[in-house]
Amino acid sequence: MSQHPLVTARNIDLKLQHKPVLQGVELTIHPGEIVTLIGPNGAGKTTFLRVILGLQKPDRGEVVRPADLCVGYMPQRMPLDMAFPISVKRFLLLADKAHQRDILPVLAEVGAEALFEAPLQTLSGGEFQRVLLARALLRDPNLLVLDEPVQGVDVHGQVEIFKLLTRIRETRGCAILMVSHDLHLVMASTDRVICLNRHICCTGNPESVTRNPEFLKMFGAAAVQNLAIYSHDQEHRHEQCHHGDHS
Amino acid sequence: MDDFFLRALVGGIGVALVAGPFGSFVVWRRMAYFGDTLAHSAMLGIACGFLLHINLTLGVVAVGLLIALALHLMQRRRKLPGDTALGILSHASLSLGMVLLAFMEDIRFDLVGYLFGDILAISRSDIIWIFGGGGACLGLLMLFWRPLLAITLHEDLARVEGVAVERVQLVFLALMALIVALMMKIVGLVLVTSLFIIPAATARKFARTPESMACAAGLVGSLSVAGGLWASMRWDTPAGPSIVLCSTLLLLLSTLVPQR
Repeated sequence: MSQHPLVTARNIDLKLQHKPVLQGVELTIHPGEIVTLIGPNGAGKTTFLRVILGLQKPDRGEVVRPADLCVGYMPQRMPLDMAFPISVKRFLLLADKAHQRDILPVLAEVGAEALFEAPLQTLSGGEFQRVLLARALLRDPNLLVLDEPVQGVDVHGQVEIFKLLTRIRETRGCAILMVSHDLHLVMASTDRVICLNRHICCTGNPESVTRNPEFLKMFGAAAVQNLAIYSHDQEHRHEQCHHGDHS
Repeated sequence: MDDFFLRALVGGIGVALVAGPFGSFVVWRRMAYFGDTLAHSAMLGIACGFLLHINLTLGVVAVGLLIALALHLMQRRRKLPGDTALGILSHASLSLGMVLLAFMEDIRFDLVGYLFGDILAISRSDIIWIFGGGGACLGLLMLFWRPLLAITLHEDLARVEGVAVERVQLVFLALMALIVALMMKIVGLVLVTSLFIIPAATARKFARTPESMACAAGLVGSLSVAGGLWASMRWDTPAGPSIVLCSTLLLLLSTLVPQR
């Protein structure tokens, strides 16, 4: 595996509608690491992802994306029209360079092979997130970019998805950059946390970040107290994925 | 069977077959009002055609392309809500067309025919336009089918996966402008959108893939044309509105069929 960084963002400034959204934000992602962006609503997390993905041009600063970078992207929301008749299989085949023979294995990888023929509209929140993840994996990416991967998923399903992400990183060796505003579950499955509130407040491994005064100011001491409990408790949950982890 | 009736039937079915797949995209991409805007701008196209002494269909296509381009640019700048931008372009171009036509006193033309269509006056050259032009549009649509579906489902996801979103969108808008010019002949500019969306809405219920919905919409549209034409001969009603009513009737009937 190449050892140069997968993505480097330098000194990103961005204003939207004359309001500063990002100020001097920096980020380097190395192969195989899991990085989580965390921060309150309106902190610019999704916008920063869009800058990294090249969907949004920053006012200042640069994003370096080497030629061998292949991004699998899982968007935050998928506004699906009821009028669009499409099955999970067909949706996955729309992915760039997807082959028929790749579909079932990748669905099995995310624990959703039973959904192969299901119409996209009938999926629950958790099932949908898995299918979106499968679509991102179909490109065989070296960087997965996930915008709130557990949105609309119940707590049990969230634990399952984070475990799945950890496993994907182990088997595929791809790096993961994700956005979350859920503190609890993220902490156990990430190498590095970046607290973003228009600028980078603090950054580091989960333990050091939770002790950082900036972080405590942002989320409150009480919220952080619960974190330790959560990251232990998570180990005792049984891994199972049934057909409907309904949101 | 009378010659003009046969021409109407063939031309109408040709238009319906082309309108089906495009209408499906109109429904999926929530572009019903966009179709309306293109149709209304046709009045300006007709006025320009008379002014410049060019083929009227050509005038309609040219103005439609300009309107589509203007919309594309307005939507990218996002200064105005999409439906507001559409409303402005739609009614400004319709009004400008009417005012320009009023100035040209020496021109006699059938306003009602343009508003509600004159399918019984379809000529041989119209049929060539419909099958040649419509067929070419359909071919291009098939060429861009997969990226268009990807964009329709999620624009940013498609862009990250390497789809040239801007280009595909522009091609689609241009094709829409061409199709609307063809459809004008059949149902008139007031009713164009109905031939896009009503058959597609009927087809949705029976379709499990995007392709089957597009084909079914074409078939339902053809049935509507045939039924509407028959009714208009039988009861001497205006043909365009009869076709629209026939497609509405089919939609209502389809609601009686139990969902699979």
